[in-house]
Amino acid sequence: MARIVILGGGVSGHTAATFLAKWLGRDHEVVVVTPNAKWNWIPSNIWVGVGGMSKQEVIFDLAPVYKKAGIDYRQAKAISIHPEGGVDVEKQFVTIEYTGQGKEGNSEKLSYDYLINATGPKLNFGATEGLGPDAGYTVSVCTADHAVHANEKLDELIAQMKSGEEKKILIGTGHGMCTCQGAAFEYTFNVDHKLREEGVRDKATLTYISNEYELGDFGVGGMHIKLGGYVTSGKVFAESLYAERNVKWIKRAHVNRVEKGKVHYETLDGSQHEEEYDFSMLIPPFAGVGLKAYDKAGEDITSKVFNPGGFMFVDADYSKGTKPFEEWDAADWPSYLQNPTYKNMYAVGIAFAPPHLISKPMKSPNGTPINPTPPRTGMPSAMMGKAVAGSLRDMILNGAIEPTHTANMSEMGAACVASAGKGFFSGSAVAMTMYPVIPNYKKYEYGRDLNGTFGEIGLAGHWVKHFLHFAFLWKAKLKPFWTIIPE
Amino acid sequence: MKVKPYSQNAYTPVPSAFTKFRRNCVIWQFFRFIVINIKMTVLILKSHH
Ligand SMILES: Cc1cc2nc3c(=O)[nH]c(=O)nc-3n(C[C@H](O)[C@H](O)[C@H](O)COP(=O)(O)OP(=O)(O)OC[C@H]3O[C@@H](n4cnc5c(N)ncnc54)[C@H](O)[C@@H]3O)c2cc1C
Repeated sequence: MARIVILGGGVSGHTAATFLAKWLGRDHEVVVVTPNAKWNWIPSNIWVGVGGMSKQEVIFDLAPVYKKAGIDYRQAKAISIHPEGGVDVEKQFVTIEYTGQGKEGNSEKLSYDYLINATGPKLNFGATEGLGPDAGYTVSVCTADHAVHANEKLDELIAQMKSGEEKKILIGTGHGMCTCQGAAFEYTFNVDHKLREEGVRDKATLTYISNEYELGDFGVGGMHIKLGGYVTSGKVFAESLYAERNVKWIKRAHVNRVEKGKVHYETLDGSQHEEEYDFSMLIPPFAGVGLKAYDKAGEDITSKVFNPGGFMFVDADYSKGTKPFEEWDAADWPSYLQNPTYKNMYAVGIAFAPPHLISKPMKSPNGTPINPTPPRTGMPSAMMGKAVAGSLRDMILNGAIEPTHTANMSEMGAACVASAGKGFFSGSAVAMTMYPVIPNYKKYEYGRDLNGTFGEIGLAGHWVKHFLHFAFLWKAKLKPFWTIIPE
Repeated sequence: MKVKPYSQNAYTPVPSAFTKFRRNCVIWQFFRFIVINIKMTVLILKSHH
């Protein structure tokens, strides 16, 4: 009997766990260690943040779902990995600390045969002084609770606008090394939509601030699409929407300090600026969740297993990270998501260490990096979870020696639907696909296959987004036919 | 909304009234819904290895 321990029950970990439980049956053990009692469909937090959905609509209890699937659920957070075992322990194990199930604060050693690290991001608000809803002045939509709080603050602002006050709204990225611009983009246009619905759009100055070199970069180096008889950069497409909705934009910006009512930022040319706000939602940079690793003797080997940002090394070509952008290659990206030192360890979703950025690295004359870091959005994250689950199934049941399934971001596409306002008849969203996620400038003139890369805005995009909300919650709850809903 | 000359907005394409109409026209968007779903399905099939 093999035991597979999955750290993190988010998009990628939940996908891996549920497929493994289905494929392996009760003859093997699938254990999920995750600190939260609820599963959250994170993309719909945007709608919670503008009052378009309640928190209850975007979360559900994990325990009954895991019980039904035969998954051993530990409401706990992983603290450290011991891939060689310990002084008095033969088998490899992780240490976990319970956050629920009546065992709060208790620690435990959990042995494993295979480990999947799917711990996602640490929301690193601490990287920028004054950032975030807990110790700072800005709101966030990264968790369902953050989004509820953001909506409360937005409602207060709208009430003030209704009494005639003019307000400044600033939405975007809260650091020069952020990813997840898509979420900031969506929130900007959902706030715009909400203000129009409330009849107060004329009372607001709406500004978007981003670390992108150009709008539409999204951390993937932007994209080109065929549009109106031209091959057009996504920058044109993105700017058009900002202009249409009367949203001012600030690009190439590293927010270095937030105070009440004012954001301080540096731009790529090295100059320093300030922007005032009455309401601000800034996305934090992401880091790894801070897992430690120890060898058999108890020596700290964290730097052997994780990169300095806390993301786990896998089968990527990390030597390319020190090379210039022009020398980067699609082949640098990992296929099996397998740790090169400890082959029974895998990392999927945001938890794996990318070999380098996707967008071109940029620094201001002051040495401040101002460039988006690589996104690992929902679809690629889930596909990685499923691919690793497929490899482990083949190893455990069919005796495969090496992993059998790949999920290489340079060979997979991503479909993304960015909401620009909710409403069955009044809503809109940008529906996008790109293939591949990692541009391949050797193979394609514009880095990507123009037949697999497209984008359009409209009501249909909103219908797709809303349909996906129900479909993915259905799938995550393992309701009938869940396996036919693709990742 | 009037566009201020030499402002950011003055240099970007913006949708015409017809384009805006198409974006919200339920019948046209119904067809686009089908097209978007087909495009996404093709992409998903291409991406699984
Ligand atoms: C506001 C917002 C909107 C988004 N919208 C979209 C969208 O429209 N489309 C899209 O494709 N993507 C979107 N994304 C990105 C998407 O949410 C991520 O790509 C996806 O969640 C990544 O999956 P993951 O499994 O790596 O991480 P997560 O889904 O974050 O899961 C990580 C899990 O690990 C758990 N964990 C953390 N620390 C530990 C620990 N020490 N031990 C054990 N478990 C731990 C966490 O609690 C969490 O459950 C959005 C993101 C945000 C923030």
